[in-house]
Amino acid sequence: MGKKSIVPFGPQHPVLPEPIHLDLVLEDEIVTNVIPSIGFIHRGLESLTEKKDYFEMVYVAERTCGICSFGHGMGYCEAVEEVMDVEIPDRAKYLRTIWMELSRLHSHLLWLGLLADGFGFESLFYQSWRIRERILDLIELTTGGRVIFSVNKVGGVLKDITPDMLKHILTELDQVEADVRVIEHTFLFDYSVQSRLKGVGVLSRKQVHMLGAVGPFARASGINIDMRSLGYEAYGDLDFEPIVSSDGDSYARCEVRIHEIYQSIDIIRQAISKIPEGELSVSVKGNVKGEHFVRIEQPRGEAIYYVKGTGKLYLDRLRIRTPTFANLPALVEMLKGCNYADVPILILTIDPCISCTER
Amino acid sequence: MAKVKRSPWVLHYDGSSCNGCDIEVLACLTPVYDAERFGIINTGDPLQADIFLITGGINSQNQPVVKQLYEQMSNPKVVVAVGTCACTGGIFKECYNIKGGVDTTIPVDIYVPGCAARPQSIIDGLVQAINLFEKRCDDYAYQLNAEGQ
Amino acid sequence: MRPNREYKIEEIDLGDLLLNVLDRKNRGERISQICAAYVDGKYELSYSFIQDGLHRFTTLRVICDLDTEVPSITEIYPMAVFYENEMKELYGVNVKYISLDYNNKLYRIEKETPFLPKEKK
Repeated sequence: MGKKSIVPFGPQHPVLPEPIHLDLVLEDEIVTNVIPSIGFIHRGLESLTEKKDYFEMVYVAERTCGICSFGHGMGYCEAVEEVMDVEIPDRAKYLRTIWMELSRLHSHLLWLGLLADGFGFESLFYQSWRIRERILDLIELTTGGRVIFSVNKVGGVLKDITPDMLKHILTELDQVEADVRVIEHTFLFDYSVQSRLKGVGVLSRKQVHMLGAVGPFARASGINIDMRSLGYEAYGDLDFEPIVSSDGDSYARCEVRIHEIYQSIDIIRQAISKIPEGELSVSVKGNVKGEHFVRIEQPRGEAIYYVKGTGKLYLDRLRIRTPTFANLPALVEMLKGCNYADVPILILTIDPCISCTER
Repeated sequence: MAKVKRSPWVLHYDGSSCNGCDIEVLACLTPVYDAERFGIINTGDPLQADIFLITGGINSQNQPVVKQLYEQMSNPKVVVAVGTCACTGGIFKECYNIKGGVDTTIPVDIYVPGCAARPQSIIDGLVQAINLFEKRCDDYAYQLNAEGQ
Repeated sequence: MRPNREYKIEEIDLGDLLLNVLDRKNRGERISQICAAYVDGKYELSYSFIQDGLHRFTTLRVICDLDTEVPSITEIYPMAVFYENEMKELYGVNVKYISLDYNNKLYRIEKETPFLPKEKK
């Protein structure tokens, strides 16, 4: 039994660009307990429903998080459309799917880079982010924005992707795929990377189930949950299988996300080959009356949007349950018993998005 | 002093931003935009930093953190507020937990607007910060000399 | 295809909450989210559960007065701790016996119960 000490982690920490504070209780080098405290980025954007009407709230919802911003806007729009019983045109559904998968690509490449930076492999970090810039260029070409690109609106989308752009997306994706194959080899087979990831932070299937984790984090422990299989937007017409691994360690989480990059590329290709012609949006009139839950799959996992209105222009309640909020209890459990030096890596493996968590 | 002013180090802190500006700040440091060609290095240590780059607005909880980071940085220093939230509070200005822009807490020298701020404008802000920093270095050296005599 | 249509909301009494939650745990469901809303002078608490394989999403809805004591479900589902602390801090729901009670210091906001209308505080 060693001496107990408490080491504060964060809020300003080199490994994470975002502030989170953890009190780590250590016994020698082993973490025995973790007390998270959040709230450094709490803005209270759900309360803006009092001041912005439900059309303007799309832009607020998109700014829940800069990385999965498109998904937040889409989830919010879906929830409102569902309550108001609006069916959006098929082309808009496909366009949303393509943008959602582009967001997933850029988010996963971003995460791979941060992970590489976390275990001190600087050049791998640069390579991942270099590939990511190609995706951002595609997003900029199609929408005009790089990270927050506000193309959603209640009732459809605001911009179209022309056939030329679709062709360009396909050629760029071929290049991205070839580039990812190169860095994939380093991530999965390099021995120094393996020594940092293999067998670190293992969570069993049962633990993850009981702690309610979601997304790639849960799939790496063998739980087959992927909200895309619910078939919202155009996902119902497309062919894909959730990627599941059974090891439950950091290496499995990395593996799942790398395979999801290929999966996203494949989904975009399918969507481009099937995209129908048609209108971009339908006009929406009236006020929100009723309530609804919508679940969508964000790059980090299942996100839930709850909208409630009582026939006014302003919503009564908007609730966004983000994936990292659901992953926090599992993170706390995972950190118990790990080595102090592994803490930054383990925090990274849940792909934390603190802005999402605190809203 | 002559060497310090050619390679100022950057301390990045995420106030209460949505992350969009943060990943753009990081994107600035990666090969495509490569802000490191100006001698900038992103550091996690406030004691070694010369330019304080802050994204997002101020709330009651991060206010002491921002203040402390600013005080820990050695003189001379430059503060750059990146993104509309850091400049004025932005879309979240009306939220109950946001006090406003960074200038409600510490003096800001350079404002970089945009939601999210584009890498080009962040680099522009950084270059201006470097020029200002050089000027402050000279003033500071002059001041030290004057005190010495 | 509108898969979201299958979502169910079951209204239950506050007294039946713990039994219902325990029942769902025994069936292997997991907590998806917990949230509060303020409607016409009362709280509306929603406890959502999902069954992974079937993608079945059910919400238990409890309606209670502002000063009613709500028992914590953290003894049944330990991960509910953040949701319940959030409810307590933002809405002022009187949740009792949370396993890790932050005592309204989860987000550490200055304004008390910001989601309640002013006259109700």
